[in-house]
Amino acid sequence: MPRDKIDLTFSVDYLSILDENGHLDKDLEPKLPNKLLLKLYRAMLLGRRFDERMLRLQRQGRIGTFAPIRGQEASQLGPVAAMRDSDWLVPAFRESAAEIYRGRSMESYLLYYGGYNQGGRVAEGLNNLPITIPVGTQTLHAVGLGYAIKYRRKDDVALVFLGDGATSEGDFHEALNFAGVYQTPTVFVCQNNQWAISFPRSRQSRSQTLAQKALAYGVPGIQVDGNDVLATYVAAKEAIDRARSGGGPTMIENVTYRLEVHSTSDDPKRYRTDEEVQEWEKRDPLPRFQKYLMDKGALTDKKVQALEEEIQNEIKAAVERTEEQMKELSREPMSMFEHMYAERPPYLEAQKEELARELAGVEETHG
Amino acid sequence: MAKLNMVQALNLALHQEMKKDDSVLVLGEDVGVDGGVFRVTEGLLGEFGEERVIDTPLAEAGIVGTAIGMALYGLRPVAEIQFAGFDYQAFHQVEEHAARLRWRSQGSYHVPMVLRMPYAGGVRALEHHSESREAYYAHTPGLKTVIPSGPRIARALLISAIRDPDPVIFYEPKSLYRAFREEVPEEEETAPLGKAQIAREGKEVTVIAYGAMLTQALQAAEQLEKEDGVQAEVIDVLTLSPMDDETMAESVRKTGRAVIVHEASRSFGPGAEIVSRLVEKSFWQLEAPIRRVTGFDTIIPLMAYEQLYLPSAARIVRAAREVLSQ
Repeated sequence: MPRDKIDLTFSVDYLSILDENGHLDKDLEPKLPNKLLLKLYRAMLLGRRFDERMLRLQRQGRIGTFAPIRGQEASQLGPVAAMRDSDWLVPAFRESAAEIYRGRSMESYLLYYGGYNQGGRVAEGLNNLPITIPVGTQTLHAVGLGYAIKYRRKDDVALVFLGDGATSEGDFHEALNFAGVYQTPTVFVCQNNQWAISFPRSRQSRSQTLAQKALAYGVPGIQVDGNDVLATYVAAKEAIDRARSGGGPTMIENVTYRLEVHSTSDDPKRYRTDEEVQEWEKRDPLPRFQKYLMDKGALTDKKVQALEEEIQNEIKAAVERTEEQMKELSREPMSMFEHMYAERPPYLEAQKEELARELAGVEETHG
Repeated sequence: MAKLNMVQALNLALHQEMKKDDSVLVLGEDVGVDGGVFRVTEGLLGEFGEERVIDTPLAEAGIVGTAIGMALYGLRPVAEIQFAGFDYQAFHQVEEHAARLRWRSQGSYHVPMVLRMPYAGGVRALEHHSESREAYYAHTPGLKTVIPSGPRIARALLISAIRDPDPVIFYEPKSLYRAFREEVPEEEETAPLGKAQIAREGKEVTVIAYGAMLTQALQAAEQLEKEDGVQAEVIDVLTLSPMDDETMAESVRKTGRAVIVHEASRSFGPGAEIVSRLVEKSFWQLEAPIRRVTGFDTIIPLMAYEQLYLPSAARIVRAAREVLSQ
């Protein structure tokens, strides 16, 4: 026959376990120990409170621009909770809660956004990459890491975060294609938060889902209620297990919402309505999960209060320590010449001396 | 010692390093089954297998970004971009990540990768196959940019580049691939990155060149000796960044005169940087203005006029005579 249908076996699952009204699908509910559930809850709460504190610090001029996560706690914490320590995390730039869950200190985060390069250092023993700001470019690094893991016969996995906007970038497509071709243990987690600054998801792509983009590359894709931490955990666990056992990459689309600004230099009122934001406030992942834990008897109001207090104290202490550290580091501008190469070339050494002389001159004038 | 052309010499370097170190992988378009369109990676697939000699989909950013991920894990990928004219589709990966990850992570990670690219003119190729854009890379902090001028040094520099802990852009002048042969020792030979070489000693004028232009510079020096009785000193830059300006300045302090030669277009080109450093380091010994003999500030023409665009020995001789007359 000259023209026939090709029999394509494509489909995309949508996964939701605990919906915005608190309805639980008991069949799909993962049997997670209370210890892990409470760890997740605490991380979500800390992510929320730390974000709020960062916003205030930014408004006070104590730190610079950063990308808040409010509303996306479940979308990023479910996946990292399904990882093991030896797996690799490749963040974009809106994953503070996930990074902290993976061992990054709040001080390191504050230091970085306070404008100190030193905050980019990744503590010894953590398989986390530093944040990536150019949208979508980090996806390829997760493919390279995955290739290397496989080459070294390890059963670790590289998990990379990206946003809905990133799915329009060429690198994302090259990454999915390479991951598919080489069957690398790479898990792509797209936090579809509906907005790429002012550009809505509906205009970012005509695709019905973002998850289906993976299918074109022979990679399984799944769409998940990104504000349901049980679902984001389950979907990631499934993808990670598959990758770990040699089953190759997966793309997960966590459908979520950025309740805050894109970055602290943005005014969302220019492009979206309050009504829309209020609609999504109802689907806030935090109260939903809190209610689930209370219904389960794993959490009480008293425990929440105690946690809130504990977290606020932790954040306060981290801010104080960071500000001390910033004071010290402000006296070490010469450190800007560090880490350009393994060995500093002579011309760079000369430029370092140039700045040193200038600083000495300034001190002489004022001293 | 075998007499090898540059393709064979580069192939030898890859062979030996891959044999020695299982963290060395090769990836790029047509590098495996085809052995590379210039045959630089010939025979590697048979010896090392497809896990280490990776034919990739046609995607430059994919190649470089994947190589970066491998390097972050501790491998030493040698990625090939088939022609430097296509590296712009990967340039963002080089600039935004390869060059910066050591800095961004404050030394927690580094990117020990080599990005090999055939570049420059002289082989009657299509558009996008002949340009010289080394300045983009040399201008980018965090990268090293290396350009060999013959088979033996190419082999030694490639081994050093693979072992270097930082990302190295390895620009291969494709008109030299099969231009001439040199004795290349079988036993391992390396050459330090960041070091220029004196290719010919002299005392009256310094000619600074690299890549395929070194041959032109040496021819010019010979002509100057024969016809004018002038001893030109010829310096082979070899590493554009980090640049060994001291070797150049030392020569100019001796000769007082300099001509800089490159195929890249003139404005904001490597020659401008070299002039600037020479002025800083040898101004008081200069006897004449420094001259640049370069490609013109046009797109490199297609093959009919290509040779007129490229600096020739004759143009270098004219420039040298001019600075010698001042």
